Amino acid sequence: MNALRPYLATFSARFQLMLQYRAAALAGFATQCWWGGIKVMIYAAFFGAAGAAAHAPISLSQTITYTWLAQGFLSLNPWTGDPDVAAKVRTGAVGYDRLRPVDAYGWWYVNAAAWMTARAAPRSAMMFALTGIIFPIVGLGAWAWAPPAGVAAALLFSLSMILVVLLSSAIVMLINICVAATLTDRGVNNLVAPVAILLTGNLIPLPLFPDWARTALFIQPFAGVVDIPFRIYFGQLTGTMALAGVGLQVFWILVLGGLGRLWLGRVMDRLQVQGG
Amino acid sequence: MPQILVEGLAKTYRVAEREPGAWGAVTGLFHRRWRTIEALKGVGFSMERGELVGLIGPNGAGKSTTIKILSGILRPSAGRCEVDGLVPWLQRVQHVARIGVVFGQRTQLWWDLPVIEGFDLLAAIYRVPPAQYRATRDQMVGLMRLEKLLDQPVRQLSLGQRMRCEIAAAMLHDPSILFLDEPTIGLDAPSKLAVRDFVSTLNRERGVTVILTTHDMHDIEALARRVIVIGNGTILADSPYEALRAGVLAERRLCVDFAEDAPVIDIPGVEERARDGRALELAFDPAIIAAPTLIARITADHAVEDIHVDEPAIEEVITRFYQLHGAEEA
Repeated sequence: MNALRPYLATFSARFQLMLQYRAAALAGFATQCWWGGIKVMIYAAFFGAAGAAAHAPISLSQTITYTWLAQGFLSLNPWTGDPDVAAKVRTGAVGYDRLRPVDAYGWWYVNAAAWMTARAAPRSAMMFALTGIIFPIVGLGAWAWAPPAGVAAALLFSLSMILVVLLSSAIVMLINICVAATLTDRGVNNLVAPVAILLTGNLIPLPLFPDWARTALFIQPFAGVVDIPFRIYFGQLTGTMALAGVGLQVFWILVLGGLGRLWLGRVMDRLQVQGG
Repeated sequence: MPQILVEGLAKTYRVAEREPGAWGAVTGLFHRRWRTIEALKGVGFSMERGELVGLIGPNGAGKSTTIKILSGILRPSAGRCEVDGLVPWLQRVQHVARIGVVFGQRTQLWWDLPVIEGFDLLAAIYRVPPAQYRATRDQMVGLMRLEKLLDQPVRQLSLGQRMRCEIAAAMLHDPSILFLDEPTIGLDAPSKLAVRDFVSTLNRERGVTVILTTHDMHDIEALARRVIVIGNGTILADSPYEALRAGVLAERRLCVDFAEDAPVIDIPGVEERARDGRALELAFDPAIIAAPTLIARITADHAVEDIHVDEPAIEEVITRFYQLHGAEEA
């Protein structure tokens, strides 16, 4: 327990700190509702077109649930590096991080995890309250965030969401390390954001991509952040395929985590601390 | 066995050079020219447990680089360094658990957290046992008179208040060595005194080894018995403070207010330094002419209203020392 004390304390401090930003949470929630609404209407039009619904691998109501889930858990998407790391690298305060008797990778990792979960928690709760509870009550059930496919799906979804945090933090760490190596977050954030939006399935659910691309999209690491857990949730990914999905999440956590750890060691050896 | 041992420490940086202008930016995309900067060229010294050493030198001399290597932040290009038997950059985690570091120009506390929560978090990060943490924290809070600051978020503190909290924060895990990189920069006089007092107490009563860099010579005067002067990446002097002062600073000043316009004084071993109407400032070497003799000769020939002997300011001495060694900022 004592070995984990620095990391648990850091996670809890950062989590509480991020929860303070209530105005940001409300603004983010409003934006996510707006985009969610637009996407839901576009999908309705798309599915309504002649013949489209019959061939679609997921139904309109599944697509709507996918969309609300994606909007609610948007903050778990690894679009950018941790802004704290970028600020520390820019000011040279990163030197202080080197003075802490902790594993450098592990410490930034728990920071990234806390940063993402603390933003996702209130936003996803608000999103579920609105689209999962209020929508059905006011007669908008057809547009609602539907309940999970069953108990097994719900349990596996919960496990998969924990893996989402771990995987997403590992990807954020790679962005962080790139920021530390290049001394700015502009370039890498601009590069990663569009790739992540597309490959996670956040922009368009991955099952709606052409057939030939689907296997490749399933096995690439970003699928484990959005597509795999959400399809488990509404029962489109079941049995062996669901387990394969969770297995892929674990696989990418280990590979990207290991890669980040090696890379961070090399970057820190070459570190040049700014100023002073 | 010295606690800190440094031998032939060197650090070179590679800096990308760019041709000026827009065309330079474009060619820089394809072909980079690199320039090597030698921040340290073979620095060596050793320190015993409980020593308090002042590290001084002009901007860019290599003071901070030395501190950053000793504290494990940077890896040197060459040379040897052991602190308590550990090589800082190889055994970083073990090493940093035993040292405390304060950079005067940065903060190690969390901007948005109240001071006390930052302290708690640091104690957790350093795995300080709770009972020991409470004891050390209360002691530091008492010494630095931080009681009223503990509940305030760090961003609301004045620089002086913050720096007192910073040094206390660096002591929470009871380190045996304290590195202070310009801890008094930008502080007002009372805050400077408080910081000096605190550092002196830590060194005297807890036996903490202290390395202090500063541009404020009063810090050195008040705290350091031993001074290392660093310039152009090498050590220019390593001596007791008094010896450094006596060596570069034998010179005395005589300030005289005459009853009429200041006359020209022509006495061997005496030089005019400044003149303003009836006031005259003379520099003299007491080894050539003693102060009483000089005063007697001047008052014998001229009507004098006021007279006093002065020592040049320490800043002036150090500047002269840097000039002597060609160590002014490049």
